[in-house]
Amino acid sequence: MTGILTAVLWFLLIGGVLGVALSFAAKYLSVKEDPRIEKISEALPGANCGGCGHAGCAALAEAIAKGEALPSACAVLDPDGVETISEIMGIKVEHAKKTVAHVMCSGTCSVARKKYTYEGVHDCVAADRLAGGDKLCPNGCMGLGTCVAHCKFDAIKIIDGCAVVDRSLCRSCGVCVTACPKGLISLIPYDSVYAVACTSAELGAVTRKSCDVGCIGCKICEKNCEFEAIKVEKGHAKINYELCTSCGKCAEVCPRKIIRNTHGKPEVKIEEKLEETI
Amino acid sequence: MEFKELLLIAFAAIVTENFIFSRFMGICPFLGVSEKPSTAAGMGFAVMFVMTLSSALTWLVYHLVLIPNELEYLQTIAFILIIASLVQIIEMFLKKFVPVLYRALGVYLPLITTNCAVLGSALINIQKNYSFIESVTFGLTAAIGFTVAILIFAGVRARLRFAEPPKAFRGIPILLLSAGLIAMAFSGFSGISL
Repeated sequence: MTGILTAVLWFLLIGGVLGVALSFAAKYLSVKEDPRIEKISEALPGANCGGCGHAGCAALAEAIAKGEALPSACAVLDPDGVETISEIMGIKVEHAKKTVAHVMCSGTCSVARKKYTYEGVHDCVAADRLAGGDKLCPNGCMGLGTCVAHCKFDAIKIIDGCAVVDRSLCRSCGVCVTACPKGLISLIPYDSVYAVACTSAELGAVTRKSCDVGCIGCKICEKNCEFEAIKVEKGHAKINYELCTSCGKCAEVCPRKIIRNTHGKPEVKIEEKLEETI
Repeated sequence: MEFKELLLIAFAAIVTENFIFSRFMGICPFLGVSEKPSTAAGMGFAVMFVMTLSSALTWLVYHLVLIPNELEYLQTIAFILIIASLVQIIEMFLKKFVPVLYRALGVYLPLITTNCAVLGSALINIQKNYSFIESVTFGLTAAIGFTVAILIFAGVRARLRFAEPPKAFRGIPILLLSAGLIAMAFSGFSGISL
């Protein structure tokens, strides 16, 4: 009986001493945290994609609470989320324009020619260092999927050797934009219909040799645009989305059909095709 | 004399009886935090701190409280109590003074509480009847062994990132295989009997 009693008493003592030590530590080592940080963290998507330029959602929440960033800095956040965070912070709601990632290359295996067979590490950055990748076009998508590996939302797929963004899944965090060694991906307004799917910087004649669809810089689109929204710069056409009205004239006249309707039906995926044939 | 024995304990704890590669203790943080060498080193330092302090504290409690009161059979409970509180204090300390490391360690810091390596070192101290100085040395050097192991593994993982193992081996399986290979290399040290 005394054995149990001494055990209980001594453990009470040990526990008590440790408890006091902990409560002192809690007092002297406590960190005054802005209560809003936790609330903002909850409202953020929590994907830690890094698209905002901060180390993660927790870091962005801290920056927002300190007033160093706006709620709209998070591209992934939906409008409701922006409103929630703005309410927590007590600031005016400011929506960022919804954008979507767009791959500026259509050089699939069937239309873009290759200069050698690449058998190295399955990574675009590595392939880019070997004479700028296997495609004859120095600006073309190498299709090794570095963007796919970086995308936290499974929104990019490599279809027939060229990256394609799934508009319904893309949250426009912009991680792929920095991941692509060729700088082929850009964020375009979600609502605008037409986009140029090429960044060829070569002369038209050179582009013709390396790719069946690449922009040759013929300026037919530029001449036909009523709003001066499309210009040929550095060898390829570029749309100024502030002026573009999505009339579709440029896509109509383009001899290479490289100005494409991004809202159109996505091409039938190879896997689905296979399934159909089976 | 005394110093030579301490040296032997240290060598055994770091190399021949490495906590991870020959005792297989503390595998959870070993796999969880070894993605980047920097966080691996941070985790190593945290374990070092906890293990050294817990070795000292548990030795004191065992010899000054448990033995005089014939409560040795409660050593595991007492040790867990002490280690848990210690980890709590360290967590608060890191949160205040090294928030970057605190965030990098994430959930693994509280996991040290239930890390068998820390409790193991405390129990081995008692089992081997070490003196106070020997216990502290063992705790510190065993944690150094843990840090060495996790750093080696972080280096291996950095290389693994560019490897293309068969699909079935991707992720954790290939990690466990590589850890096993390193452990085999470490088993070569067991020939050195001290």
